[in-house]
Amino acid sequence: MTQEELLVLIYSKDEKAFTHLYDMYSKSLFAVINTLVKNREEAEDVLQEVFVKIWKNIDSYHESKGRFYTWIINIARNTSIDKLRSKNFNNSQKNLSSDNFVNLLDDSNKLSHKIDAIGIQEFVKKLKPKCIQIIDLLFFKGYTQQEASEELAIPLGTVKTQNRNCINDLRLYLKL
Amino acid sequence: MDTKQYIDSGILELYVYGLLSETENMEIAALAKEYSEINDEIISIEKAIVALSSTFSPFHSVANYEKIKTKLELKHGKIVEMTPARSKYTYIGWAAAVVLLLGIGYQYQQLNETNNQVVEINSEKENLIKTVDSLGIKNKTIETSLAVIRDPKNTVVSLGGQTVSPASFAKIYWNKETKAVYVDASGLPKPPKGMVYQVWALKLAPVLTPTSIGLLTNFTANDQKIFEVSDTGFAEAFGITLEPEGGSVSPTMEQLYTLGKV
Repeated sequence: MTQEELLVLIYSKDEKAFTHLYDMYSKSLFAVINTLVKNREEAEDVLQEVFVKIWKNIDSYHESKGRFYTWIINIARNTSIDKLRSKNFNNSQKNLSSDNFVNLLDDSNKLSHKIDAIGIQEFVKKLKPKCIQIIDLLFFKGYTQQEASEELAIPLGTVKTQNRNCINDLRLYLKL
Repeated sequence: MDTKQYIDSGILELYVYGLLSETENMEIAALAKEYSEINDEIISIEKAIVALSSTFSPFHSVANYEKIKTKLELKHGKIVEMTPARSKYTYIGWAAAVVLLLGIGYQYQQLNETNNQVVEINSEKENLIKTVDSLGIKNKTIETSLAVIRDPKNTVVSLGGQTVSPASFAKIYWNKETKAVYVDASGLPKPPKGMVYQVWALKLAPVLTPTSIGLLTNFTANDQKIFEVSDTGFAEAFGITLEPEGGSVSPTMEQLYTLGKV
């Protein structure tokens, strides 16, 4: 289902729309939330909150402002960060930088797709450590280019292109 | 516009990630509308990052999915269903109450019927007891009659039919010791209404002197047709005449049914 098809369903407030929305994006959102909020239970609460926000604020989204997926990923990141702030995780920023989304694999038996996970683990081995870091910071943690360049100690101008190369590697592997 | 160079810059990835300003977002959204290769590239990047991140998603419970649906009040349909379901239970409740009432009513009726049957059976029983009693009495009477008739000291007098009714006959059992007289009137026809048979003890010489020794009252009701009449110490013959109800002082000889000498 494309974004456009999904949006038609969502605007009609069809119950099926929610099911599709959940099937398409809940895992992606939950992975992002978990890299930020490291507590599984709290992450589930955040996921609930995120879907409530998506559903209630759907009218404030317009395709002219960007991708629907982008809009919901931003909601997931912002809600997670709000959660961290409310919990006074003062040292969280530092801790966040020390681990990344790949750490979610540590708890491999809890992964939703074990079979996929076997494939992805091999892929992760192939994926350059630089790529894991840069995708983790930019996509999962929502760092700005400036913040990422400082964190990774690379020139600001190369953040974008390095990330692009990593995504290209990923697309090659996923045949996208 | 050199779309390839634009795509290679890596800005579309940041666009999908959501790291650009609102102005940049609107520019790219417009470009995506204009250039299909830009739009296709955006969709591919999005698919790649959705696939990557989804793969790293930890397990999350189905219960959470249900919780979210509840929060979004998406279970309205089910709640609406609950209302008729609840009223259905109400109907079932009422139906059960009605059935119970009907059941009690039926049981009450059954009880009444049973009580009535008990009363009926009791009255039947009483009737039967009465019948048995009356049969006992009857039996006793018959036994007494038989005993009287069978008494060897009896003098049996056969009375033959006379002119009025030649086919009639009767028997007199007369115990000369006890003077008791019994009449077997089974050979007599049923008397007409308002009439009654009268039994006479007759003295033949020197003059025919009849003495009434009784009426065969309740002739029809007496099944055995054996009647006890008044004691007689002396008689030379017996006769039975048909007389008006209540009997006569002297016999109506024209209505002499049977006659026999001792």
